[in-house]
Amino acid sequence: MPTSPEVPSPRHHGCPSATPVNIVLGVIGADCHAVGNKILEIAFREAGFRVNNLGVMVAQAEFIAAALETDARAMVISSLCGHAEIDCRGLRERCLEAGIGHILLYLGGNLTVGETDFPTVERRFREMGFDRVFPPGTAPEEGIAALWEDLRRRGCRQPAGDTKGPGRA
Amino acid sequence: MPELLLADVGSTFTKVCVVHTDEPRLLARAAVPTTTEPDVNQGLDAACRLAGTALDTALPLLASSSAAGGLRIAAVGLVPSLTAKAAEMAALGAGAKVVGTFPYALNTDDENRLRTLEPDLVLLTGGTDGGDTSHIVGNAEVITRTLPAVPVVVAGNRNAHDDLRRVLDGHQGPVRFADNVMPELNRLNLGPSRDCIRQLFLERIVIAKGMGRLKARADLLVPTPQAVLEAVRLLGQTAGGLGDFLAVDIGGATTDVYSHGAGLPSNAGVVYKGLPEPIDKRTVEADLGMRHTLSGVMALIDLEGLCAEHGLQPEEVMAWTTRVAADPGAIPHSTQETAADTALAAAACRLAVQRHCGRLEEVWGPEGRVFLQEGKDLGDAGWVVGTGGPAAFGPAPEVILAAARRRAGSASLLPRAPRFLADRDYLLWAVGLLAQAGLDEAGARLALHHLREVPGGDAPSCRRVPEGTHRGE
Repeated sequence: MPTSPEVPSPRHHGCPSATPVNIVLGVIGADCHAVGNKILEIAFREAGFRVNNLGVMVAQAEFIAAALETDARAMVISSLCGHAEIDCRGLRERCLEAGIGHILLYLGGNLTVGETDFPTVERRFREMGFDRVFPPGTAPEEGIAALWEDLRRRGCRQPAGDTKGPGRA
Repeated sequence: MPELLLADVGSTFTKVCVVHTDEPRLLARAAVPTTTEPDVNQGLDAACRLAGTALDTALPLLASSSAAGGLRIAAVGLVPSLTAKAAEMAALGAGAKVVGTFPYALNTDDENRLRTLEPDLVLLTGGTDGGDTSHIVGNAEVITRTLPAVPVVVAGNRNAHDDLRRVLDGHQGPVRFADNVMPELNRLNLGPSRDCIRQLFLERIVIAKGMGRLKARADLLVPTPQAVLEAVRLLGQTAGGLGDFLAVDIGGATTDVYSHGAGLPSNAGVVYKGLPEPIDKRTVEADLGMRHTLSGVMALIDLEGLCAEHGLQPEEVMAWTTRVAADPGAIPHSTQETAADTALAAAACRLAVQRHCGRLEEVWGPEGRVFLQEGKDLGDAGWVVGTGGPAAFGPAPEVILAAARRRAGSASLLPRAPRFLADRDYLLWAVGLLAQAGLDEAGARLALHHLREVPGGDAPSCRRVPEGTHRGE
C-alpha cells in the first residue's frame, strides 16, 4: 500500500523560512460545494500559507499540475458528495509518477455515504496514501495546526508574519 | 501627415499600400512575390514602384514582416497545461511562429531538437512567483549551453531571478527579464514578455534576417501576425465594429485563427476549468495548410463525409491531393479541382477553429448535471472573417467560412450564428499597423469600408439563440 516515503526527496527536503509555503486547495471530483472551499481558502491564507485555490470540480491531474508549478508542500482536498473513495483513488501513485511523491495529502469532508464509523473511513483513506483525514465538521484551525506540525517535522519553519499569498479565486 | 506608406514583407508576397488617414481611404496598393536573393529589398522596391511610390519617399513608413521564416520562438515551461501553455500563448500573441514547446526539465533529446530548430529566440518560463525554481534554473543551464548566442526572454518565477542571472551571466546573446507569464496559478500576464519579444525582434532579429534597411527606414516594424492580432483587437473593441468575432487565414503551410472575445461561461451551470485565455487570441495550426501540409488535413478528415457534404467523389479529392503533393504551387484548373480545394479548405477551417475555440463537457454529479468549460466560448461571436487564402480570395469563401459555424450536437464552442466577411483586399495587417501607430479610428474605418460581407451567414434577426440551447450540443 502506498504511503508517503519517510525520506524526503531532494526537491522537498524542507523550505527556507523566508519563503511562504505554497499549498494547493480544491474540491475533488464532480463536486460543486463552493462555500467550505472559500472558508478554507481564507483560513489557510490567514494562517500564513500561500493558497493556490483551484475551486470546485477539480480533477486529480489539476491538483498535480498546480502542485508542480507552485512547488507546493501539501494538497488540501475537500470532498463533500460522498464519492471521495472513487475520486481520490490513485492520487498518491500519480504524485509519485509526477515526481512529487513526498507531498503531504490532506483530505476532509463527507467522504462516504452511509458509513458512520469514522475510524474505518480514516483507515481506508490513510491506506490510500493520505497523511491526514478529517471528519465532517472539522474546524479549519485543526487542519492548519496539523499541517504546521507535519511541515515542522519536515524542517519547514512557520513564518513569523503573514505573507499575503496569491490566494485570489 | 495625412498620407502613410504601409508595407508587409510576407513569406510569399510583399505588399505595399498608401493610405490617406484623415478621410481614411486606400490611395494605392500593390503586391509582388517576396524576394530572397540577395534580400527582401528588391521586392519592396518593386512593390513600391507598382504602387506609384518609392521606399525612400518622405512618407512615414509602417511595416510588418513574416519573411525569412517570421519570428521563430521556442517556448519553454514547466507543466504542459500551465506555464508551457502560457509561454506558447505569449509567443503566439507576439506574432511568433512557435517552433517547439518544451515542458518539464530539458533533456538531451530536447537539446538536440533545440539545436536543429535554431530558434530566433527562446522564451523561458516555469513556476508561479514563489513556486518552483528548480526547473527553470536547470533549463536555463541547458539553453545557455545549447544555444549560447540566441536571445532569451525570461518570464518565469521571479524568485528564481538571482539564480538565473548567475546561470545566464556568460550567455552571449541578449537576455531580458520580463514579469512572469503566470505569476499566480491560472492567472496569465502575457503583456510584459510580449513587449520584450517585440523589442528583441526589432533590435536583433530583423537585422539578422537581412531587413536592416527596412528597419532603418520604418517608423514601426512588427511581425505580421502581431499586426493582424492588433487589427482583431481594434475591430473587436471599436464601437460599431465587429464585437466578438473570429478571423481565419488558411495558408499554404499553416492555418491561423484569431479571435476577439472573453468567451467566459454564458450561464450559471457552467464551471470554467484550466488557464484563462487572452481576449485577443491567436492560434496557429502547423499541420493544416492547403499546399505544403495538405497531407495533415487529409490525415484528419473523414473523406467520405467530406465528399457527401460537398457533392464530390473521393477519387476527385485524391486526384487533387496527388497533384498538390507533386507540385505545391499547383492552381486548380477544373471545376472538380476547384471544388476539392474548397472542400479541403473548409475542412481545415473547421479543424483549426475547433482547436481555437473551447469545449463543453457534460458531467453528471450527485447534484445533477454540470458543464465544464475549457477554453473560450465563442458561441455569441457575430462574425467570421476570412483573411488570406481561399477564405478571402477563393471562388466560394462562404463554403469555407460556414465550416466555422457550430453544428448541432457538437461540444466545441464555435459561433452559433455568425455572419461572414471577406478581407478581399488583404488589409488586416495594414489596419493593425495603423492601430499600433495610434491611428485607431483611421484603421477601423478603413477596415470596415473594405471588408465585404459574404452571403450565406445568418441574418441579423436570428443571431441570438435562446439561453441554454447549447446544452446537449
